[in-house]
Amino acid sequence: MGYLTPIIVLDIVAGSLAVVLVIANKLFAEYEDVQLDVNDGEEEFVVEGGQTLLQAFTENEIYIPSACGGQGSCGFCTAKIKEGGGPVLPTEEPMLTREELINGVRLSCQVKVREDMKVEIEDKYLEVEKYSSEVISTKDVTPSIKEIVFDLIEPETIDFSAGQYVQVQVPANGDTVDRAYSIASEESVRDKVMLTVQLIEGGLGSTYLHELEEGDEVEFTGPFGDFVIQDTDATIIGVAGGVGLAPLRSIVFSLLEKGVEREIWLFYGTRTLEDLYYHEDLQELAEKHDNFNYVPALDSSQPEWDGEVGLITEVMKDYLEEGEDMEGYLCGPPPMMDATIDLLKDYGVDEEDILYDDFS
Amino acid sequence: MRYISVLIAAIFAHNIALRYFLGWCPLVSQSKKLSSAWGMGVAVTLVMTITSAVNWPVYNYLLVPYGLEYLQYIAFIIVIASTVQVLEMVIERFFPSLYTTMGVFLPLITVNCAILGVSLFMILRDYTLLTGIVFALGSGIGWSVAIVSLASIREKLRFADVPKPLQGPGITMLIAGIMAFAFLGFSGMVGIK
Repeated sequence: MGYLTPIIVLDIVAGSLAVVLVIANKLFAEYEDVQLDVNDGEEEFVVEGGQTLLQAFTENEIYIPSACGGQGSCGFCTAKIKEGGGPVLPTEEPMLTREELINGVRLSCQVKVREDMKVEIEDKYLEVEKYSSEVISTKDVTPSIKEIVFDLIEPETIDFSAGQYVQVQVPANGDTVDRAYSIASEESVRDKVMLTVQLIEGGLGSTYLHELEEGDEVEFTGPFGDFVIQDTDATIIGVAGGVGLAPLRSIVFSLLEKGVEREIWLFYGTRTLEDLYYHEDLQELAEKHDNFNYVPALDSSQPEWDGEVGLITEVMKDYLEEGEDMEGYLCGPPPMMDATIDLLKDYGVDEEDILYDDFS
Repeated sequence: MRYISVLIAAIFAHNIALRYFLGWCPLVSQSKKLSSAWGMGVAVTLVMTITSAVNWPVYNYLLVPYGLEYLQYIAFIIVIASTVQVLEMVIERFFPSLYTTMGVFLPLITVNCAILGVSLFMILRDYTLLTGIVFALGSGIGWSVAIVSLASIREKLRFADVPKPLQGPGITMLIAGIMAFAFLGFSGMVGIK
């Protein structure tokens, strides 16, 4: 009995607290179903109260970008709230600009659905769909980058603009987390999606994707992103670093396939010759099309390399002309992008005409 | 009279944050803005008072009769954790506006040492239930005084030229240290017993 007393007493304390929690949960934490109206009646749902707006969206198959998975740290899952939702929370403030705050823009992963709500999201997200797919090929294109092709099962086709990305659902601890990857295939390929993935030590998404084999099933949502070619006549200056070639490959191939006559430059920097991928394809393309110029560059010289050597920004200086009508499309490691943005500004390119893809 | 002296002592002379250095994690991290400091202060005061009121009977009517005083740590911790959770649910449900200002901070103080410390001091000093509650209330107010003054100073500090290595937590610790010195001046005023 002497040994049992502490156990019994502690059980009484813990047990009664558990009872209190269960009752409280039943009494206070269960909310009634509420109406959710998206984009002025374009979509209407009845959802269970008490969950976050992002959860309510996902439950009803509306996929808005949320790179951090609802932790309030990426600031992507914004939605304009017109009715309901309560005041802005301290956890949202750091992520929103003053203009967004004034316009009622909120982080949907923080807003809880407790009453009927009217919300507005960009129309394109209503077009975003969830795809199931099957891996039909995997190939090492460099020692650390794999090219993986997915055959779409349901829906069977995808409509996207070159430069956009998809969010692959990576299994983790019985749940899934989203990881963003740019589509590398061209727009005309509608029944398949090709991704190029660099293996990152300890990276959840890249490890999962690198271990995939033919026949494996993978789910992803998309397409997302504003990194798309603007409809102008300006010269396109594409700058890629390492695995950042993926969206630019899609852009270059799609444009040339469509017979666009704008002048296109692709500057592509990697560390060594082994790290250059799609090198032959791009060279071939440059020979075939007069308006496409391909300039690969390595960080340091190698005996079998007779191309450009050095930082990509230094190489670009030899090719660009100041004051020309140009648009920049950049994707690569942040320091490279920062340096390139500075360079393009020096050459007279407006900040609004420099687009970059940044989810590092 | 006794209640008033315990209350005053807990707020000033025996300030839980500046005299005993408890609950410093949220003190440093949540004192960037005055508004969040207020929210945090109210949350801590509320949780401290309620948990002491629950912990006192648990200790005196459940642990003491069976000679199980040594179980106080684990018993207090689970009491605190579940109280915070229930409190969060209640506030979220019935006081939505309060929830947005202080409710979001509640989970942060589930494992705050100041909360556990106050319950343990209450037992250590043999307080009666009512004295214990008054002491907890005073400690909560004292902790709020500390974080609110710290946040006010830090808001002013935004315009000061703080040396780089000291920016952020570094300078905050220094300020809090100086505040602790200042609070030493109260020590002759009232005793805690």
